[in-house]
Amino acid sequence: MSNEKQVDSGRRGLLVATCAAGGVVGLSATGAFVSTFQPSERAKAGGAPVEVDISTLKPGEMTTAEWRGKPVWILKRTPEMMASLKATQSEVADPDSAKPYTMPLPEYCEKQSRARKEHEDVLIAVGICSHLGCSPSKKFTPGAQPSLPDNWAGGFLCPCHGSTFDLSGRVFKNKPAPQNLDVPRHMYISDTKIVIGKDEKGEA
Amino acid sequence: MAFVEKKLPADAPVIDKALNWVDSRFPLTKLWNDQWGQYYAPKNFNFWYIFGSLAMLVLVIQIVTGIFLVMNYKPDAGLAFTSVEFIMREVPWGWLIRYMHSTGASAFFIIIYLHMARALMYGSYRKPRELVWLFGFAIFLCLMAEAFFGYLLPWGQMSYWGAQVIVNLFGAIPVIGPDLSLWIRGDYVVSDATLNRFFSFHVIAIPLVLLGLVVAHLIALHEVGSNNPDGIEIKENLDANGHPVDGVPSHPYYTFHDIFGVTVFLILFSAVVFFAPEMGGYFLESNNFIPADSLKTPLHIAPTWYFTPFYSILRATTSDFLYIVQAGIAAYVVLIYLKSSLPALIKAAIAGIGLVMIVGMMPFGLDAKFWGVVLFGSSVMILAGMPWLDQSPVKSIRYRPDWHKIVLVVFGITFMTLGYLGVQPPSPTRNLIAQVSAVLYFAFFLLMPWWSAMGTFKPVPKRVTFKPH
Repeated sequence: MSNEKQVDSGRRGLLVATCAAGGVVGLSATGAFVSTFQPSERAKAGGAPVEVDISTLKPGEMTTAEWRGKPVWILKRTPEMMASLKATQSEVADPDSAKPYTMPLPEYCEKQSRARKEHEDVLIAVGICSHLGCSPSKKFTPGAQPSLPDNWAGGFLCPCHGSTFDLSGRVFKNKPAPQNLDVPRHMYISDTKIVIGKDEKGEA
Repeated sequence: MAFVEKKLPADAPVIDKALNWVDSRFPLTKLWNDQWGQYYAPKNFNFWYIFGSLAMLVLVIQIVTGIFLVMNYKPDAGLAFTSVEFIMREVPWGWLIRYMHSTGASAFFIIIYLHMARALMYGSYRKPRELVWLFGFAIFLCLMAEAFFGYLLPWGQMSYWGAQVIVNLFGAIPVIGPDLSLWIRGDYVVSDATLNRFFSFHVIAIPLVLLGLVVAHLIALHEVGSNNPDGIEIKENLDANGHPVDGVPSHPYYTFHDIFGVTVFLILFSAVVFFAPEMGGYFLESNNFIPADSLKTPLHIAPTWYFTPFYSILRATTSDFLYIVQAGIAAYVVLIYLKSSLPALIKAAIAGIGLVMIVGMMPFGLDAKFWGVVLFGSSVMILAGMPWLDQSPVKSIRYRPDWHKIVLVVFGITFMTLGYLGVQPPSPTRNLIAQVSAVLYFAFFLLMPWWSAMGTFKPVPKRVTFKPH
């Protein structure tokens, strides 16, 4: 068409510049809104190590401590419980914890017992299933029972999606949970006192 | 153009003058006539067509009761649980408002599932109603988000652990997952920060989006016109006035039809609110009467019933099951190449996606947890594809081959089986049934382009089937 208006390139340039400037402001504002979703400094600071006294814990008993808002299990295993780990060695998906969940197995822990050598009977694990974060329940009685295989040697069952773990917190093969339970960095300050979230190298 | 106001006679009733004054400034009468008063709907609607207006009613119930609940609820991890108990015990009639809201949530999903079942039977998602279906699908997604966010608010054990599980679903995404779920929670565990933002989403953000989508759903529907049990386009057969011969104006015909449906619904709704508000643990779970405890998961946790069909698919995805999925994907790609007339580029894209998925499911690839989340998400999203998956030459099940009815019934049973298994504790046998059901569920949709076009179709009549009464 002949009467079509000519594009004024100066005005077009200004229009583009205005849109670009407006876009930058819009994006930055969006960034601010998105950032409000991040954990606050207070939430971040809530992760201090915790001390647990296990002097009253008898073999076969488990206690739960709270660390970073999560349950940490301290299980004193009986000799039979320790023996069951040899039987489960071939049935668990990742016997050496090569693919950890959120934290690698501390280097001072044995692969099978997943505990410190000097206190091999004491399992310290974060009781949060690597599948979708439920807390598994203890199923220490061996033998057949609902939701568990007939050759059950004792361990943990996640009530949400049926993942099972042995008494070292290692996940059995072909379960929804992909990884073993986390073993947090920890150290013994005496024979019966444990610090969770801290070891010789400092805080986890 | 100058402003011209219609002149009414001086002795016209005041109400007419007032309406005329408004209509000259805002299309009030026009809106009413377009959307309802003069909206011609097919005259052969059966009881399946009641669920649209019932959904609207429940939406109003939820908004009104919600407003009153917020007046006494405290979105604070330390106070939330007791404030809900305060509403139940101390606020005069508070228990009624709360039970209406909690029963309304389940009623909403019953109605929406029946509303969607109607669409499946009569092909209501087919051209030209694709956008009606997509807006409806988006409403369904919003409802699920609304139900999920709302379920955290009472801050009971099920609230807490349910939120924990769903937020951790995002953690299964490779690379960004763990940071993403941290970002959603605003803390390392579900906490006060999580509760507050979920409260905000539940009472402001999602309801606003939901209302907008409901308006879009209705505008789109009233633009293209309603489908009917015969799947006939009534607009193709108009009378001298330009109205469909097989249509009746919604007002008064469907106004009274719907009021009857509303009455029946309210009888059932009141029965639940007054006599069985917990519905045996399905509408309100017993574990949710225990305050949230971040150290202890209840022994049996299950989502509320309306999520369980999809949740079962998530739970059924184990590493062994992935081999079946891989075989299924491979077979599907072969099927696409041999039996579809899609452009070569799309075929190649489907094959590419299939290959990536098969490789990703290998033992060295991504774990079963991630694929569980993918299948879980796909099982919901695949509904959006209905208008394009269905290739049947007729819309309504009435004129489809009889065995299509069996396919639809089998799908219905599969969906309900998945739903039932989702509320049960896991076991090897149940898991196997869930896996078979998951395969059937996806097969129904993915094979639809072929099965929906197969068989001998019955002739579709020119006029709707209607017996005057």
